[in-house]
Amino acid sequence: MLDRARQWLDDRTGLPSAVRHFLEEDIPASAGWHQVLGSVALFAFLIQAATGILLAFNYGPTPAEAHASVRYIMTELSGGAMIRGLHHWGASAMIIVVVLHMIQVFVWGAYKKPRETTWIVGCALLLMTLAFGLTGYLLPWDNRAYWGTTVTTQIAGLAPVLGGYVKRLLGAEGDVIGNITFARFYTAHVVLLPVATLALMGLHLYLVRRHGVTPTPDDTARPVKRFYPAQVFKDTVATFAYVMVIALFANFAQLGLGSMADPTDTRYIPRPEWYFLFLFQLLKVFEGSLEVVGAVILPNLAIVALFLVPFLDRGKAVRVRQRTAAIAIVALSAVGWAGLTQRAVATTPPSTEDPLAGLRPPQEWIHMPPEQLAAVGYFYDAACVQCHVLERSSAGPDLSKAPSKRDAEWLLEHFTQPDADGAPTRLSALQRRSLVALVTERDDRGVDVWARRPQEAIAGALLYDARQCAFCHTLNGSGNKRAPVLNGLAARRTRDWVEGHFADPKAFSPGTQMPAYRFTPRELDAITGYLMAIPK
Amino acid sequence: MHETNSKGVSRRSFFGSAIQLLGAAIAAVVAAPAAIYLLAKPKSSGQGDFVEVGDLSEFELGKPQEVVYYRTRVDGWKTTKEKTTAWVVKSEPEKAVAFSPACPHLGCIFRWEETGESFVCPCHASAFDTQGAVLAGPAPRPLDRLVSRIEGGKLLIGPQERHSG
Repeated sequence: MLDRARQWLDDRTGLPSAVRHFLEEDIPASAGWHQVLGSVALFAFLIQAATGILLAFNYGPTPAEAHASVRYIMTELSGGAMIRGLHHWGASAMIIVVVLHMIQVFVWGAYKKPRETTWIVGCALLLMTLAFGLTGYLLPWDNRAYWGTTVTTQIAGLAPVLGGYVKRLLGAEGDVIGNITFARFYTAHVVLLPVATLALMGLHLYLVRRHGVTPTPDDTARPVKRFYPAQVFKDTVATFAYVMVIALFANFAQLGLGSMADPTDTRYIPRPEWYFLFLFQLLKVFEGSLEVVGAVILPNLAIVALFLVPFLDRGKAVRVRQRTAAIAIVALSAVGWAGLTQRAVATTPPSTEDPLAGLRPPQEWIHMPPEQLAAVGYFYDAACVQCHVLERSSAGPDLSKAPSKRDAEWLLEHFTQPDADGAPTRLSALQRRSLVALVTERDDRGVDVWARRPQEAIAGALLYDARQCAFCHTLNGSGNKRAPVLNGLAARRTRDWVEGHFADPKAFSPGTQMPAYRFTPRELDAITGYLMAIPK
Repeated sequence: MHETNSKGVSRRSFFGSAIQLLGAAIAAVVAAPAAIYLLAKPKSSGQGDFVEVGDLSEFELGKPQEVVYYRTRVDGWKTTKEKTTAWVVKSEPEKAVAFSPACPHLGCIFRWEETGESFVCPCHASAFDTQGAVLAGPAPRPLDRLVSRIEGGKLLIGPQERHSG
């Protein structure tokens, strides 16, 4: 039955015969485990394509939507973190496999006549793989993506004569990346590069088939064997091992998402993906006007040399053990790469940003003036909510609809005695003034905070308001400037410093006017946590 | 695997089975999370809340009235507030029904015809009475009702629809 179906299909399409022909190809007797890497690279690409398509199903490809949609994939969709993990770790793993494949071909001298074009197409595929990594790096649109790509496009801009055009082509004119950069990188990542890679892969495979798998020099006398089953088995085992490794990483390694890209965040230290770190370090070696050497000239010379390898080495094919020059070149490159990468890691300060910051829902309260946030606490404590239900009409007006138009005097009176027949509230003058600010000045984000009532943040803001920090400090644009603005405190000070400073300001800032504050441990935790969360 | 070499399992068929097994495992590593990812519901499908649309006493008894209100809807990675409408019919002083504005036939937006005292869909002329029952046309079921409740004399409309029939 199955045979008849196969025969039917073969008569009409010839596909089963073509597959058999493909599998039964003759390969040299010396073929073996060292030749599995090409197949693994092919499957690595297919896995990137499959997981990439899956990610695109739930991705908003614009700077406004990208970050939130990646968070949605990571936190709201079952299996989303796994799919992104496979794509993310797969990208790094694919680079390793492609480079190992290239090293194997290089060491074995498999690029020699008549396989020069196979090598050249392979070099182009290496560039494609790196371009995938470079463009994909931007797509989560977190700080890492934004600042990494800012540096990348600036480096491209260093190219003599062409720099300005390259930057314009990348949509990064004026040294700022944005909508156009994103659109170009995204389109390159999901349309241009996949199509070009598929075409080049087809050509590469065609050339491999045309010239056959490279035999060793003394192999010609031995009988050939078939691609199927022994070599297919080896290729499958290697691919399986590859998939297991990236699946383990996807499942167990932490894959975060930084805060959404913030072009005003000056404390973020950009760094590229690990496989580009050596280039990043190379930039530091060449200073001043020589920068272009490290940024543009050397990397491009290296690429040109790579393409020209078959023409630079035209010697006769020899056995692997005799290819000492090739092995030495690989070893030297590896040492150079590792050294530069190690220096880059050692000299780049660790990121101060929480790698998981972007996975938490955005906290609207971090933008709210502290007295308004404290007033949210007063609002609930003083039972205002009994008459004012937000987003609903109730005994009192719905305060979420629009800011109150009442004058401050009326409001202050109302907050003392809300109801002519009822009991007066116990709100202090300060608390009543904060409530006036809340009901008259709050914006739409403030209304969300008001309705959601984030307990921990309110606890911190209550202390900030009660101790009248605003008398000297400014936070979120509200307060005085007798003392430093407290926005972005986390970037300047450690938590221990802030806590110690409360207890004994003069010990930390000699000559300061700030008095010591005594908090209970819980209060200290609340106010420090609150202050450290407010961004610049 | 239970084969023994004494029975003469050829090298070729061992390789064949191993290739198929490993190939299936490779496919499963991608396909299993992909299936969950595509088919499982998002974890917190945050339903919107009940929204107040008006004072019940302001509705005329037995006369359909279109109400416009804003509801919160979770749209993928975003929560949006969007304008929407409903047809409210107060049947008794303390009772009202809210109909979804879309015809249950193919989703066109129907309207109230004062002259015929019925809801009429402009697409295929389905007609419904004030209780949503089908009077004419191809509609397969009565009008869809929105979950609603009355609280302190106010009519509140909820996020879900109830299909009748």
